[in-house]
Amino acid sequence: MNVPDGLLYTKEHEWIRIENNSGTIGVTDYAQDALGDVTFVELPKIGDTIKQFKAFASIESVKAVSDVYAPVSGKIIKINEGLLKSPELINQFPYENGWMVVIEIYDEKEKGNLMSASEYKKYLEGIQ
Amino acid sequence: MDLKLTPLYEKHKKLEAKIEAFAGWSMPIQYEGIIAEHNWTRQSCSLFDTCHMGELIIQGDPKEGNLDSVLTVNLTNMETGKCSYGFMLNEQGGVIDDLVVYKLAQDKWMLVVNAGPLAKDEAHLRKHLKTDIENISEDTAKLDVQGPISREVLRKLLGPEINKLERLKYYHFDYFSILGERIIISRTGYTGELGYELYIGRKRAEELWDLLLSDERVRPAGLGARDTLRLEMGYPLYGQDMNEETTPIEAGLDRVVDFEKEFIGRSVLLKQKEKGIKKKFVCFIANSRRSPRHNYKIYVDKKEIGFVTSGTFSPSLSCGIGMGYIDPDYYNLGAKIITKEGRIKIEATITKRPFYKNGSLKN
Repeated sequence: MNVPDGLLYTKEHEWIRIENNSGTIGVTDYAQDALGDVTFVELPKIGDTIKQFKAFASIESVKAVSDVYAPVSGKIIKINEGLLKSPELINQFPYENGWMVVIEIYDEKEKGNLMSASEYKKYLEGIQ
Repeated sequence: MDLKLTPLYEKHKKLEAKIEAFAGWSMPIQYEGIIAEHNWTRQSCSLFDTCHMGELIIQGDPKEGNLDSVLTVNLTNMETGKCSYGFMLNEQGGVIDDLVVYKLAQDKWMLVVNAGPLAKDEAHLRKHLKTDIENISEDTAKLDVQGPISREVLRKLLGPEINKLERLKYYHFDYFSILGERIIISRTGYTGELGYELYIGRKRAEELWDLLLSDERVRPAGLGARDTLRLEMGYPLYGQDMNEETTPIEAGLDRVVDFEKEFIGRSVLLKQKEKGIKKKFVCFIANSRRSPRHNYKIYVDKKEIGFVTSGTFSPSLSCGIGMGYIDPDYYNLGAKIITKEGRIKIEATITKRPFYKNGSLKN
């Protein structure tokens, strides 16, 4: 499974790329592989507030519906509208074109509850 | 309980299939991906491991031995070489299993049944039949070859016997020589495409699997694609879309029941035909890419009128499709319904099966 360095990860298999005060959020390669073919993505609206570890979006695959949880709290400032037409981007490029939302981060300290790439890799070894 | 393994289990592992439990078996759900396998079946040809399904051989006169009264299929008028889809019902008309019966010879039948209900099917048959029953499921491998070019694929393997295959009509079977074995090939399937089901001894299953996949036009497909393919055709799945609390009338399948003969459950079915039913099978198409799913509730306005039994994203139609049961008073083609679960709300329109109308089934 691809786990890029420089991102932070959750136990529910989301990633966040933090730059200054904003964070880009998506689901990991492990998550997209476990979901299988993604067929629909439900995204929040710009301006919505999301809370750390609470569901803020959902992904439907052929097999199931899964909630997506916020890595940190914040306000939605951008959503990936490309996913509405091409949800398969999540399968194809989970860390690039398959990103889901960008948020303005409320509290940088929440980062402390997330895993680094090396920690997440270890975590994946434990569940496989 | 340990899961059972088909003779092709090692092949699936080598192909890095996603393997999951299904009806007590470890089965391949997908190889490359459900949508890719689905589309390949519609365009070219897919190979499915369906060894989990059960095969029962029944010998003897169907009237004297009671098989005719256990099945909804008319066996007395059936010709050797014909397959027929039907049901085994309980006294209340509920479906014990749906199955395909093959007339192998005069007074010799093969029932092909679902994996989950196999044990109860066999018990039901042993209770009612006065003739011999042999469960050959353990020794029998079943491989499904499905897709518009499946006849071309088999042509390469059959040599001079190809004429027999060319003549094979929908829902008929014959015996063929492959790998030096005498095997049954029937023109049947669960995908809506032209296709065949091959029955071979368990020991030769891996060789047949490899032989079929040696044609590059053939790719393996798992139970995931099998499910989306059958759903696009509106074919019910036993245990999900019908069970012992559902009659064939409620399931909208009265046309495959022969009412001219006597069978267990018939009086209940006739009563339902006359007096009506409390729930009616319904197919519906979502107005979005969202998929209705098993156990979602069905509403009209704010009134709950039924429930979803199966649903999926349809790769061919690029939208959600589903089936379920509703209060018959609300059954109108074109009527709008809503399927709901928690905060998920999916608008849909009642339609007729099949959802997918361009299948090569009868080509």
